[in-house]
Amino acid sequence: MATPLVVSEVAKGFVMHLRGGLKLPVVEDVSFSLKAGKCAVLGGPSGAGKSSILKMLYGNYGVDAGQIIVQHRGTLVDLARAAPRVVLAVRRETIGYVSQFLRTVPRVSALDVVAEPLTAAGGDRDAARDRAAALLERLNLPKTLWSLPPATFSGGEQQRVNIARGFITDHPILLLDEPTASLDAVNRQVVIDLIAEKKQAGVALLGIFHDQDVREAVADMVIDVTSFAPKRVAA
Amino acid sequence: MNAHVSSRADDGPLLRVSSVSKSYGARTGCEDVSFELWPGEVLAVVGESGSGKTTLLNCISSRLLPTSGSVSYRMRDQTWRELYRMSEAERRFLMRTDWGFVHQNPADGLRMTVSAGANVGERLMAIGDRHYGNIRSTAIDWLGRVEIDADRIDDEPRAFSGGMRQRLQIARNLVTSPRLVFMDEPTGGLDVSVQARLLDLLRGLVADLGLAAIVVTHDLAVARLLSHRMMVMKDGRVIETGLTDRVLDDPREAYTQLLVSSILQV
Repeated sequence: MATPLVVSEVAKGFVMHLRGGLKLPVVEDVSFSLKAGKCAVLGGPSGAGKSSILKMLYGNYGVDAGQIIVQHRGTLVDLARAAPRVVLAVRRETIGYVSQFLRTVPRVSALDVVAEPLTAAGGDRDAARDRAAALLERLNLPKTLWSLPPATFSGGEQQRVNIARGFITDHPILLLDEPTASLDAVNRQVVIDLIAEKKQAGVALLGIFHDQDVREAVADMVIDVTSFAPKRVAA
Repeated sequence: MNAHVSSRADDGPLLRVSSVSKSYGARTGCEDVSFELWPGEVLAVVGESGSGKTTLLNCISSRLLPTSGSVSYRMRDQTWRELYRMSEAERRFLMRTDWGFVHQNPADGLRMTVSAGANVGERLMAIGDRHYGNIRSTAIDWLGRVEIDADRIDDEPRAFSGGMRQRLQIARNLVTSPRLVFMDEPTGGLDVSVQARLLDLLRGLVADLGLAAIVVTHDLAVARLLSHRMMVMKDGRVIETGLTDRVLDDPREAYTQLLVSSILQV
């Protein structure tokens, strides 16, 4: 499992049908791989396609060309072509994701939101809640909030719920979309520590970090997304 | 946030729909629809009124004979049966036991003039349970799971609010531990706060029971919350299909892009 994920020659663009079929190429020839125990960082200015790459790896975005090969249950799966059922299994067991924003579900408590990835994978509910509590405690989320649905939480509180939810699993691959965006210095440091622990455990990480300090603290390699910019094609 | 697919999903599909078409004279209801549904998988069928989604749901749930195509179902004994080659009695038995059907209007799925307890107990009796005490205690248990107080067990659903009726209809359907549930706009016609409660309840039940479900809805938020996979229909045809968040985050077809861009942001 030294290289659990290999991306080769991936291309992605959008066709905006509501704007007369306008074609917006995003990236092409995206090729890189992730190493177990290392954190790779996607670098480049806003709009270069960093989030799009993460979303393709997680299956939120379709892939126009190329392959995304992931080691899943001891076999190789091409996520660019995998059936929805397979993508869901990969998310459950192999690839974790910390998104920028929490998608809240009505009436589910913060603690259960965090515990859900473990229970969904068949884990014991009480054990999952214990782990969730430990993470929320580390991320300094006030205990009074644990039993409340996060819909009314502040941006930073929701972000910490989201981080806990992403870090609670033992997925061998973890994708991070600006996990520290709305955090204070203390909690940023907690996230840096959590990432270091994941590396120690042999997890391959890929992240987007706009915060320079965090990036320098966690990055083992930087993938320059501007090198995947679509070449101009004569119209 | 996705509900999980049970690990039993690897056993193979539960339902196979092949080239199902239904026409009403010259008018098309649905055309050439094919898909498979696996155990524990929730499929949302979305599209605007008149797109054929309810016709499709009725065709695959044995409520409406398709003009052509076939629907096969893997029975509990693992044999594959073609729906429209079964006898009427066999189909009815399947509907009463292994399948559920949640109607948009609870009055279509409930008996409004018998008690809530009897509405739930009736499905149990249909599968041969005759012990009054068992039936009543199972009914109370199920009313609790759909958050209806036990002291309402002897009330008729006529005396219930819309949201309670819908929850009762769900209990009535799930009490026989079906493996496949069809839902036609299950949250349609309910207040937003009532909808949220119902959705959360459905989401939990579907995940806990490992149910396979086909949910017809025009509400993309409902599809996002409940389903793993989505099929978008227009003019009777399936125009786009895929993982729910892929279809919603990266819609490919012009019509899907229109649907997604029409969602009101709060």
